[in-house]
Amino acid sequence: MNLVNVSSSPHLHEHVNVRKVMWTVVIALLPALIAAYIFFGWRSIWITILGVAAAVGTEALVQFLTKRPITVSDGSAVVTGMFLAFNLPPLTAWWIPVVGSVFAITIGKQIFGGLGYNPVNPALLGRAFLMASWPVQMTTGWATKLANAGVSTISGLKQTLITGGDAQLQNLITSATPLNVAQQIRGDIIAGTAGDSARTIFHQLSSLDYIKELFWGNIGGCIGEVSAAALILGAAILVYKHYIEWRIPISYIGTVAFLSWMVGGIDGLFSGPILFHIFSGGLILGAFFMATDMVTSPVTKKGRLIFGLGCGILTVVIRTWGGYPEGVSYSILIMNVATPLIDRLTPQKPFGFRKKSKK
Amino acid sequence: MCAKTFKGGIHPHDYKHFSNHKKIEKFPAPKKLYIPLIQHIGRPAVPIVKVGDEIKKGQKIADASGFVSIPMHSPVSGKITKIGPYPHPTGTIQHAIEIENDGKNEWISKLQDDEQFMSLSPEKMKERIQNAGICGMGGAGFPTHVKLSPPENRPIDIVILNGVECEPYLTSDHRLMLENPEEIIAGLRIIMKILGAKRGYIGIELNKKDAITVFKQMLRDEKNMSVVPCMLRYPQGAEKQLIYAATKRKVPAGGLPMDVGAVVQNVGTAFAIYEALRYHKPLIERITTMSGSIVNEPKNLKVPVGTPLSQLLEFCGGTTEDIGKIISGGPMMGFALPNSDAPATKTTSGFVFMSPAEVVDTTEAPCLRCGRCVDACPMNLIPTFIAENVKNAQYDAAMKLGVLDCIECGSCGYVCPSHIQLVQWIKIGKIEVNKLKLKDK
Repeated sequence: MNLVNVSSSPHLHEHVNVRKVMWTVVIALLPALIAAYIFFGWRSIWITILGVAAAVGTEALVQFLTKRPITVSDGSAVVTGMFLAFNLPPLTAWWIPVVGSVFAITIGKQIFGGLGYNPVNPALLGRAFLMASWPVQMTTGWATKLANAGVSTISGLKQTLITGGDAQLQNLITSATPLNVAQQIRGDIIAGTAGDSARTIFHQLSSLDYIKELFWGNIGGCIGEVSAAALILGAAILVYKHYIEWRIPISYIGTVAFLSWMVGGIDGLFSGPILFHIFSGGLILGAFFMATDMVTSPVTKKGRLIFGLGCGILTVVIRTWGGYPEGVSYSILIMNVATPLIDRLTPQKPFGFRKKSKK
Repeated sequence: MCAKTFKGGIHPHDYKHFSNHKKIEKFPAPKKLYIPLIQHIGRPAVPIVKVGDEIKKGQKIADASGFVSIPMHSPVSGKITKIGPYPHPTGTIQHAIEIENDGKNEWISKLQDDEQFMSLSPEKMKERIQNAGICGMGGAGFPTHVKLSPPENRPIDIVILNGVECEPYLTSDHRLMLENPEEIIAGLRIIMKILGAKRGYIGIELNKKDAITVFKQMLRDEKNMSVVPCMLRYPQGAEKQLIYAATKRKVPAGGLPMDVGAVVQNVGTAFAIYEALRYHKPLIERITTMSGSIVNEPKNLKVPVGTPLSQLLEFCGGTTEDIGKIISGGPMMGFALPNSDAPATKTTSGFVFMSPAEVVDTTEAPCLRCGRCVDACPMNLIPTFIAENVKNAQYDAAMKLGVLDCIECGSCGYVCPSHIQLVQWIKIGKIEVNKLKLKDK
């Protein structure tokens, strides 16, 4: 008789492995990449390829040098490279994604022992490093599709500003993402240093016409955050495959929606443009793809809700009162660090725990 | 159809099509049978025959060794040829009685037909069930008379028959429900009378719509019995999950079904109870599914207890290719066997044969903390943390995380993308935690 396998139950498996999960994430990110090409052109694809190549190359090199098995085919480095590039302006310098990926893989992942052991999302750590080291390259180089520029696009808004003669604001908005515009003029309006045209612009930003542009992606922004529609399409694949779960994205977006409605407006409390805050910036990308990063988010169900809530609060605080227009990546990084603590503080009660007999 | 279920769980591919349309076939008793002295949870039986004894069919050959134990009877007439260690379907070696079949099929006493069995007192009924050597036939095999004797401060008001059969591949309960529904209902009636229960349920998963229809039809005039169609979700057949689906009652952690006034019995057990009461028939045979993609002719067989697996496989035409894995029971909770020597016992719901290609890769990768095991766990545990603590010998922490509440259903291992042997680690943890508990006492 042949040797028969006698491993422990279960003897069936869903046939999901790390490789499958990671490559599915890559596929789920492709719609956003295509959107980036449509709205920003080839440059965005080029930046992404550089980021991915640097990430994969670094991972292979580090694993080779440390004499560990080379696992680049599992796709996790590809995902890190893509995430990093997705958080960069499309017209940034070519070496930015390379430096960022090298940092993300070595310092963010491999020195901790590789996949599964990294405390924070490597791509976000890479971005934070770039942001601190080369702020100019990280905050300029925005592009918009000029083809159908109207008042509803960023360049259109700039035009309105200039022709409206609101000189104070002209200098502020040299080149920026909608969140940047909103944060700057909101600050000026509340401080009372802005004129009526600023108020008009703010209302235009939150108009349904403009939200549509935001949703489809006809705006300025980072490579991967441009089209909410493309990102939601990709996220739907991951939700369908059960690779991400609803708790983190829903509590994250829900918290941002509520708080930005509460404090994000110019007409006092509860006047904030909810949809504007949801669809602009990296929230959709962050909530569905980065905050849900398996390794760095809580495993307990309650913990995931708290994680999303924390990300949401931090995002709105940074967006509204912080020094950056965008708070998504810092919020997730901070909550990544808090993840072990959250897991510890949210043990789950076993089914039927402490329930006395109902009879 | 309004289907009931529980929270968590998974939905494995079910593979029931191999055998769910195959009528139960009677397997002719083989030349040699091996009756393990332990076929249930409890104390092993004690042989009351010796090598060389001539025995008849239905004769008691081993006696119960206490209250939580059951006697064994011979499924054939013949001679005792050996009493000693023999492979057991749990993958271990256990003592068994070897019987050489003389082929005469002589009963020790003619089977009686006791039509008045329902007028027996509950005590008398229990006695007959105990004497018939009946244990739960779903898998774990708890002696049935013990389950039917709850302490007085635990009144039972509902009885649930488990016809869920949520394990992939297995179809023995399904076929029994289709072919012997009246006997199963009679069995339920007996259990309800013994326990003084007011309501009886039969839980059946939606992938057995024909069985649901049959029972609905038969129970349409019954006021206190009904069918509970259950969603296709594993492990729907676990006691606590089934009770929750049927009644929304939550069995307390660390507690038993009787703590919420419920008793769950497998449909096969109900059938055996009926036969014991009506015909004084001991439990000497059961329905067993022979299945798997490499089995030439998958079948549902009525098998004399003690029949070696190799003979059953031969009866099904052998396998089409090399065997990668033999599983006794279902693939989610069953035991992998090193060879096909082990016999079918009272709790053997099936044998599954897998090709080498179907054997799951068990190389563990690092935990990704993806939380899929947490979402799949029907007991709301955190399998990955428990496994991690067991690996690091942190048994106190494992206990705090509820390691003892694990029902070993295997849902966590099924979904783990890193192929971590979560159930295996948790099983080790349970053993270690129980050792610590004993020390404390």
